Amino acid sequence: MIDLHGFGDQLLSGTLVTLELGLVGMGAAVLLGLIFAPMKMSRLWPLRGIATTYTTTVRGIPELLVILLVYFGASRLVNGMADLVGYDGRIEISPFMSGAIALGFAYGAYATEIFRGALRAIPKGQIEAAQAIGMGRWITFRRIVLPQTWRIALPALGNLFLTLLKDTALVSVIGVEDLTREAAIATGYTKEPFTFYFAAAVMYLGLTVFCVIAIHYLEKIAGRGYARGEA
Amino acid sequence: MKTTMKMMLAATVAALTISGPAAAEDTLRIGTEGAYPPFNQIGPDGELEGFDIDIANALCEEMNRDCEFVTQDWDGIIPGLLANKYDAIIASMSITPERDKAVDFTGRYYSNKLRFAAKKSSDIKPTKESLEGKTIGAQRATISAQWLEENMGDIVEIKRYDTQENAFLELDSGRIDAVLADMLVAYEWLNSDAGSAYEFKGEAVYSGDKIAIAVKEGNDELRKEFNKAIKAIRKDGTYQEINEKYFPFDIY
Amino acid sequence: MNWQVMWDSLPELAEGALLTIELVAISGVLGLALAVPLALARVARPLWLRAGPFVYIFFFRGTPLLIQIFLVYYGASQFEAVRESFLWPILREAYWCAIIAFTMNTAAYTAEILRGAIQAVPEGEIEAAKAIGMGRWMRLRRVVLPRAFRIALPSYSNEVILMLKGSALASTITLLDLTGVARTLIAKTYMPIELFLAAGLFYLVITAIALQGFRFVEKRMHGVGE
Repeated sequence: MIDLHGFGDQLLSGTLVTLELGLVGMGAAVLLGLIFAPMKMSRLWPLRGIATTYTTTVRGIPELLVILLVYFGASRLVNGMADLVGYDGRIEISPFMSGAIALGFAYGAYATEIFRGALRAIPKGQIEAAQAIGMGRWITFRRIVLPQTWRIALPALGNLFLTLLKDTALVSVIGVEDLTREAAIATGYTKEPFTFYFAAAVMYLGLTVFCVIAIHYLEKIAGRGYARGEA
Repeated sequence: MKTTMKMMLAATVAALTISGPAAAEDTLRIGTEGAYPPFNQIGPDGELEGFDIDIANALCEEMNRDCEFVTQDWDGIIPGLLANKYDAIIASMSITPERDKAVDFTGRYYSNKLRFAAKKSSDIKPTKESLEGKTIGAQRATISAQWLEENMGDIVEIKRYDTQENAFLELDSGRIDAVLADMLVAYEWLNSDAGSAYEFKGEAVYSGDKIAIAVKEGNDELRKEFNKAIKAIRKDGTYQEINEKYFPFDIY
Repeated sequence: MNWQVMWDSLPELAEGALLTIELVAISGVLGLALAVPLALARVARPLWLRAGPFVYIFFFRGTPLLIQIFLVYYGASQFEAVRESFLWPILREAYWCAIIAFTMNTAAYTAEILRGAIQAVPEGEIEAAKAIGMGRWMRLRRVVLPRAFRIALPSYSNEVILMLKGSALASTITLLDLTGVARTLIAKTYMPIELFLAAGLFYLVITAIALQGFRFVEKRMHGVGE
C-alpha cells in the first residue's frame, strides 16, 4: 500500500488536533452566534449596527485573512488590554488558541445568521401565548424560544461544522500541528508530497464521514418527541 | 440535549480563557525560528539546536540569566517581539536600516554573505545578463529577498517562500532556476545529500552583512547586557568553541 | 494605527486584487463549464455514468481546498514522469496549479448546486416539452438547463463569494494575489494589522461589487415573465 515512512502516528495525532480545533472553534462560533443573533434582531439600532457590521464584514473576508489577523493581532490586543487593566505579567496565547479563536470568530458570523433564521422560524403564536399567561420576556426566551432554536438550527449548524472542520487546515499556516501541518512536515523529510497530502486527504474524508454520521444521530436525538413535517 | 450543549459551551469558554502558564518574571525569553539549519533548527528529538541556540545559551550563562526559547515563524518574528511574545530575537537576523526602525540591535555575533546557488549542470552566473528572465527563489522577509528586489527586481521573477527549506525544495523540483541565500546556510545544504547536485554560482554578491540580536526599541539595558556578554564569550574562547562545532572557519 | 502605511500600500494591493479577480474569474468560468457535464452525469439513470462524478464530487467537497492546492502544486513535482512530460511547463507555474485546483474544487460544488437545481425543475414543464415532441437534447438545452440555471443562481452567487475567499489560499504557493501582496508588504514593514485590514477592505469591496452584480442578473432574469 502507500508507504508512510513511519509518519503514520504523526498524521493520526494531527487528525486529533484537527478534530479538537473543529470542536473548540465550533463552540466559540456557537457562543458568538447566540450573542449576536438576538443583537441583530434587537430594537436598539446601535446593537443591530454592531451585529450587522460583524456579520457583513467577517463573511466578506477570507478565513485565511481572519486567521492571520488574529494570529498577528491577538497578542498585541490581549497584552494591550492587559496593560489597560494594570496586569503586569505576560499572557501567552498558543497558536492552537489563536487558530481556534480565529476560526470561531470567522464562523460566528455564519452561526449568527443561522440562529437568526431559527429564531424567526419559531411561531409567533407561541411567544404570544407565553406572554398571555404572564411569562416575562427573558423567561419566554429561556423556556420557549431557546430550546426550539437548537432543534431548528441543528441541520444548518451541522453543515457549518463540516465546513469549519475543513477550514481547520488553514491554521497549519500559523504553525498549529494539525493534520495538514503534519503532512507538510512529513513531506519535508521524505520529499514525497503527493503521498502525504493524499494520505491527509483520505483522513479528512474519513473525518468528514465520521462527523456526518455523528451529526445524523445528534439530529435524531434533538428531534425526539417532535412530529416531523409539521406545517 | 440542552445540558450537554451547556456543558460543551462551558468547556469551550474555559478552554479559551485558560492559556499556557506564563514564564517566571525574570526569565529571558528568546525568540527564534527553528527552521534555519545549522543556526537554529528542531532536531530529531524535538528540541531546538544550532549555532544560534548555543550562542544564546552561552550568553545567558555569561549574563547569569535563565533563558527560555520561543519558536516563531520567520514572517512574524519581529511582530512577535513587538507584541511581547519574547524579549529578544536570536535567529540569524541581519541588521538592516528598515529593521532598525522597528527594533534595536546589539553588536554583531557573526558575519554573513549572500550567494547564489543552482544546479551544477546549469551555467548561471550572478550577472544581470545571465539571470535575465530567470526565476529566483529566496526566503520571504530576508535580506536575500530584499537584495533581489532592489538589484534584479525588473529582470527576474522573484519567488518568496516562508522557509529557507521550502526555497531549496523548489530549487530541487525545478520550479526555480536559482536560490539566493545566506552563504553559510546554503553551504550547509550544499554539503548535505539533498544539495549534492547543486553548487554556488559565482562569488558572493553581498558581503559585510552583520548578524545581531534584536531587542525591543528602547530596551537599552538588555542591549548593553548582550553586548557585554558577546565581548566576554569572544574573549574567553567560548565563542570559538561553538564556532568550531559548526564551521571549520571563523564566522565572526 | 499607522494610516500612512495603509495609504502607501494601496497601489501594490490593487495589483494583488487584480490577480485575485483574474484567478476567480478564470477558475469560475472553467469550473462552471466542467460542472454542467458533471451534474448531468450525476442525474443520469445508468449507474456507471453516475459513479465517477459521485466520487469526484465526494473527494473535492470532502477535503480542504488547501490540501487540494498542495496536492496539485507540490504533488506534481514528486513524480519524475511528470517533471519530464509536456505537462511540466504548465504545472511548473504556481499560477496554473492554482487555477487547476480552484477549477476542480468549484466544479464539484457547482455540480451539486446544478444537480439540485436540475432536480427542482417543475415536472410540468418537462412533460410539456415531451408532449410537443422535443427530444432529450432539445429538452435539456431549451427547457431544463435554462430553468435550472435560474433556480441555481442564488446558491451559485454564494459559491462565487466562497471562491473569492478561497482564492486567498493562492498566497500559500508563492502567488502574489491580494493576500500574497499583503504578506510580502508585512514582511517589509512589520505592520501586520494595518496591512491585513487594508487587504480585508479590498476583499469587502470586491465582494460587494460581486453581490450587486448577481442581484442585477437575478432581477433581469426574473423580469422575463416568470
